[in-house]
Amino acid sequence: MLIDHEKSQALAENLANQAEVQGRSLWKDAANRFYHNKAAMAGLVVLCLVVIFTLVGPLFAQWDNEEIDWNALGNIATAGAPSIETGHYFGTDELGRDLYSRVIQGTQVSLMVGVIGSLIAVVIGTLYGATAGYIGGRLDGVMMRFVDIMMSVPYMFILILLMVIFGRSIFLIFIGIGLISWLDMSRIVRGQTLSLKNKEFIEAAIAAGVPTFNIIVRHIVPNVLGIVIVYATLLVPQMILTESFISFLGLGVQEPLTSWGVLISEGAGTMSYGTLWQLAFPLFFFVITLLSFFFIGDGLRDALDPKDR
Amino acid sequence: MNESVKKPETLLKVENLKVYFDVGKSGAMPWSAKRVLKAVDGVSFELKQGETLGIVGESGCGKSTLARAVINMIPAESGRVMWLGDDEQVGKDLLSISKKETRQIRSQMQMIFQDPLASLNPRMTIGQIIAEPLQTHYPKTPKEEVINRVKQTMVKVGLLPNQINRYPHEFSGGQCQRIGIARALILEPKLIICDEPVSALDVSIQAQVINLLMKLQKEMGLSLIFIAHDLSVVKHISTRIMVLYLGNVAEVSPAKELYERPRHPYTQALISAVPIPDPFVEKSKEVIELTGDLPSPLNPPSGCVFRTRCPKATETCANQKPPLEAREGDEDDHLAACFFSD
Repeated sequence: MLIDHEKSQALAENLANQAEVQGRSLWKDAANRFYHNKAAMAGLVVLCLVVIFTLVGPLFAQWDNEEIDWNALGNIATAGAPSIETGHYFGTDELGRDLYSRVIQGTQVSLMVGVIGSLIAVVIGTLYGATAGYIGGRLDGVMMRFVDIMMSVPYMFILILLMVIFGRSIFLIFIGIGLISWLDMSRIVRGQTLSLKNKEFIEAAIAAGVPTFNIIVRHIVPNVLGIVIVYATLLVPQMILTESFISFLGLGVQEPLTSWGVLISEGAGTMSYGTLWQLAFPLFFFVITLLSFFFIGDGLRDALDPKDR
Repeated sequence: MNESVKKPETLLKVENLKVYFDVGKSGAMPWSAKRVLKAVDGVSFELKQGETLGIVGESGCGKSTLARAVINMIPAESGRVMWLGDDEQVGKDLLSISKKETRQIRSQMQMIFQDPLASLNPRMTIGQIIAEPLQTHYPKTPKEEVINRVKQTMVKVGLLPNQINRYPHEFSGGQCQRIGIARALILEPKLIICDEPVSALDVSIQAQVINLLMKLQKEMGLSLIFIAHDLSVVKHISTRIMVLYLGNVAEVSPAKELYERPRHPYTQALISAVPIPDPFVEKSKEVIELTGDLPSPLNPPSGCVFRTRCPKATETCANQKPPLEAREGDEDDHLAACFFSD
């Protein structure tokens, strides 16, 4: 096979016995920078607390989110106020339902909408954009024009129309949000891919005979992932806002399920009746979650893209 | 070459290779003329097993395009690239085989690039980078064997095998180039195309990398196509040298012959410009200066492409394209494309 085969093998074995040096990957570097970013870490902690609250919170709830407290009903402003004795830690809503349980449930729905929306964006958008950008030519043109067409569709109108036709369901919201969330992502990824495509390591892979699909998955995607992650974390609050907006219009999730948008909308409606807690609690969770997502996104951008700071 | 030694076999034979690029119309109107950039315009050469062909020329003369067209990474306009044999039965025309065959044949020819760091994927460990060609062409190789082969190859190019899990940015330029060489070597190819492999390295590292390449060539019987714009580097490593000018071959000759008796005026100018590391000799040396720039390959001069800058140009040069031919009484492997070659 090779000249010096035995010798080099002996040497390889000898050296193999020495401990292998563990490399410091770019991801590890980025994680390090992220850990040193105080605002981002605070955001991460707050977000974790919110998530833990939605998971552990139900254990302490004394009322179900559907249950109506007949004692409080009719006298929400006094009997429905937040108190530990009645078991309504966050008070009750206008119908005497426990706001604590409803906030937990609403938080779950809103977070799910945000996370699933951006997951769809990451998976579809990345592969779509990378394929269009890498293969280029006519296919790129067709694929990106399709994105343009999708973008020019007034999707809020379509979504509302769908809701009216098929009835309100959380599933429809996922579809609606999934349909539009990946469009921007695919454009961003395509742009990045175009600049990566002419790098020499791609050429090296082509010269080595690596199939196109493997080049996209192994060489293009990991190198655009940094930007994708940043954009995805910034997309989560955007998705939550979209869902809240739809819910605020009264077209969101169906009762007794709820979401932040629904709760805030209801709370805003009763603001002037002295039941400010109905607005304050959902709004508080809404704001801190969105803020922490923005801080995390900012921190990730600084960590993954140290040159652009 | 000693006569008693068996004549080496031809590995690669390139005939009249042309690479044109469409660069769009000169204007936006449908009737405006189409423009074609002739990057490589009819180049022929032959490469034997174990030989090194140096390709020199100034920037934009088509060196890299030629190399890429040879391994079919850039589609060629016309010509033939015969791999492993001259006739259709034995060899294969790389330009007309299917995509699948191209992919298979790529295991026998590899490439080394100019920018060592840019040619390595920053997200992969060097073990993964070096193993990639192996895993692409032999996907069923067991993991341990892959790691073993990677480590052996790393030793061969002078890297410590315990660095296998490191990332490209943790290495210096010279080491990165060794990684690139290791990646090219792991499949034990027959041909390696080196696209300015040392231009981005400093001089002492250049020497190391070149000596490494020469050592590996001797050990493994590799053929190299070595692209550079540094004549002294090319002289050191090449068996034969081809001088390109604006996509055309100006002169091709055995390395020593080219330096001692350059025939084409362009080659003469190039060689006279090589600095000599002796200030007294350097001072007394006569440098042939060329005026002007490389003409645009969109609109090359008629006849001999070099005539616009040639000190010997006459009317004949503008009317006819000089053929690439050997001079009478000379060895027939020293070819120059000039009517007035001396």
